[in-house]
Amino acid sequence: MTAITLVEAVAQALAYELAHDEKVVIFGQDIGANGGVFRATQGLQARFGEERVRDTPLAENMIAGLAVGMAIGGMKPVAEIQFMDFICASIDQILSHGSRIRNRTRGRLSCPMVIRTPSGGGIRAPEHHSDSMEALFSQIPGLRVVIPSSPSRAYGLLLAAIRDPDPVIFMEPKRIYRLVKEEVPDNGEALPLDVCFVLREGKDITLVTWGAMVHETLQVAQKLSAQGIEAEVIDVATAKPLDMDTILQSVEKTGRCVVIQEANPTCSLSSEIIAQLAEKGLTSLMAPPMRVTGYDTVMPLYRLEKLFIPSEQRIMNAVKNVLEYA
Amino acid sequence: MSHQTTTVAHFDIPYFCYLDPEANVLQPLPAFATDPVMLNKIYRMMLLMRIFDKKAITLQRTGKLGTYPSTLGQEAIAVGIGAAMQEADILCPYYREYGAQFWRGVKMEEIFLYWGGDERGNAFANNKHDLPICVPIASQTLHAVGIATALKLQKKKQAVLVALGDGATSRGDFYEAMNVAGVWELPVVFVINNNQWAISLPREKQTKAQTLAQKAIAAGIEGWQVDGDDIFAVKETIEKALVKARNGQGATVIEAITYRMGDHTTADDASRYRKPEELVTHEKHDPLKRLKKYMISNGWWDESKEQELMKELTAEVEKAVETFDAIAMPAPETMFDYLYETLPSAYSAQRASVMKGDKE
Repeated sequence: MTAITLVEAVAQALAYELAHDEKVVIFGQDIGANGGVFRATQGLQARFGEERVRDTPLAENMIAGLAVGMAIGGMKPVAEIQFMDFICASIDQILSHGSRIRNRTRGRLSCPMVIRTPSGGGIRAPEHHSDSMEALFSQIPGLRVVIPSSPSRAYGLLLAAIRDPDPVIFMEPKRIYRLVKEEVPDNGEALPLDVCFVLREGKDITLVTWGAMVHETLQVAQKLSAQGIEAEVIDVATAKPLDMDTILQSVEKTGRCVVIQEANPTCSLSSEIIAQLAEKGLTSLMAPPMRVTGYDTVMPLYRLEKLFIPSEQRIMNAVKNVLEYA
Repeated sequence: MSHQTTTVAHFDIPYFCYLDPEANVLQPLPAFATDPVMLNKIYRMMLLMRIFDKKAITLQRTGKLGTYPSTLGQEAIAVGIGAAMQEADILCPYYREYGAQFWRGVKMEEIFLYWGGDERGNAFANNKHDLPICVPIASQTLHAVGIATALKLQKKKQAVLVALGDGATSRGDFYEAMNVAGVWELPVVFVINNNQWAISLPREKQTKAQTLAQKAIAAGIEGWQVDGDDIFAVKETIEKALVKARNGQGATVIEAITYRMGDHTTADDASRYRKPEELVTHEKHDPLKRLKKYMISNGWWDESKEQELMKELTAEVEKAVETFDAIAMPAPETMFDYLYETLPSAYSAQRASVMKGDKE
């Protein structure tokens, strides 16, 4: 078995579901002959045909509305929005319809769709190509928001998302599309949704993160370990619904917590985690929890983007602060 | 400097009308127009819709319903849709198609329940696949093309009909839906209820386009205009478009011209922006009067039959009101019970909290 990248794992999962479930249809802009601008659908049209792997006209709202209709009509649509920044045009269809058709009809109709979209910065992309919007979608009742951080989790979580009976926003951190390679057996085994993954166990501090930031966080944990400090690293993986139990259990053990995210801090997923930590885990805490995040400003164009995305040093500084609190 | 040009494309928008406002027959009629059984069924539904509408407004005024959008004067479009569709076709309504919904098995008490603030009104006991009423304008057009794509992929010989208002034709959703319906040759029919008013904005301020039907041309599909108060024209053209769709010959846009005799909804007061004289003109176009006159002139209808039917339908509506009245409040926790197939444990504490409610 050869090791594959995260983006190849996405293609592998899509191919597996296309081969095993005739209801699965994938579509989006340039996903056919071109294989998607990041090649996440490479080779799929040649293998599964133009009916099931189809290029759409250029209209993100249409793509989302089409997915809602196809799901209601008995298919399992997996739509691609080329960059998450362009998903704003689709919000009405996702928020007003996809997420609530089951509720609106008391279960008579449902919307088992997946909307995949590359998110986040760090690839020297043009303007409007670098945002992280997990918080925006985590606000929407009825949705799931899933963010893989490795090839194997991309494969397993995407399979789970496609098989899920409800709508899923599947954010693919494009900065790590080709960062690491892993052997990912193509066995069709899904990973569980709605749970965090503990990537590294430790007794001294809990580091909570997701998506691309998992990598910087693991680097920091390794450096801390060399200094005799054992950090527990949690990959949230499903931003909504949030598995707070795993985070609380960890903080109960460590008493200290830092949440690391690329997105802007105000009303973000880290805000939710810290709020719930205050409500349910305050007595476990030996120090105020801290956040390391992007800033409450517009994601800058690429000359400055690295200053926006939390660096290992910024994470390390926060960890030191929390550890040194009396 | 002058340039010689040639015409590279040429388009027409046909207009369909069989009965003028005085019920004069303008051209050979479709077969169903001489079938008294079918005419009875159609007229019955149009009259039911009118009685239902009047009752719903009364229920709103007495606090039993929330905001309710009236359908007064637009009965031919809704009933034409209902009569033209086959059971297996799929209806994506907006919110003035009660006649079509009733025709397709939706119960009056379900529509009361919906506007009475209860999601169970969308559960449709006798209709499993139509979409519920759609409030965000034009958004349902995209669901229609999505469902049509699903039907086409599954090689099912069914069509989708989506209804929208004149205001909806200004939204991107409508253009995007027509565009994909054209390029993918989808089995879908768009029916525009052009009732001349989008809340307070009159048709002439909505678009510079001469017709709404011509918007189809840019998407490469046919656009037809019909007299929306002539039930014969409405039913016949929709039926044609549905057959075309089911036969894989693509989508059609039908602009049905009518007039909104009532306010936009019960929360609206049209006298703020509309001259009362307009109503007088449009009363002459009343689709019920037109069909009734035609039926009387053919000896298929008379005033005593009318009175008898009125009585029967009024009783039916009253019975639906009684059924609606008897439906108990939904349990508080049901606001969580249809959110996901299985409620994630992250929300079980909130569900428990709403069950507890205001208790200490």
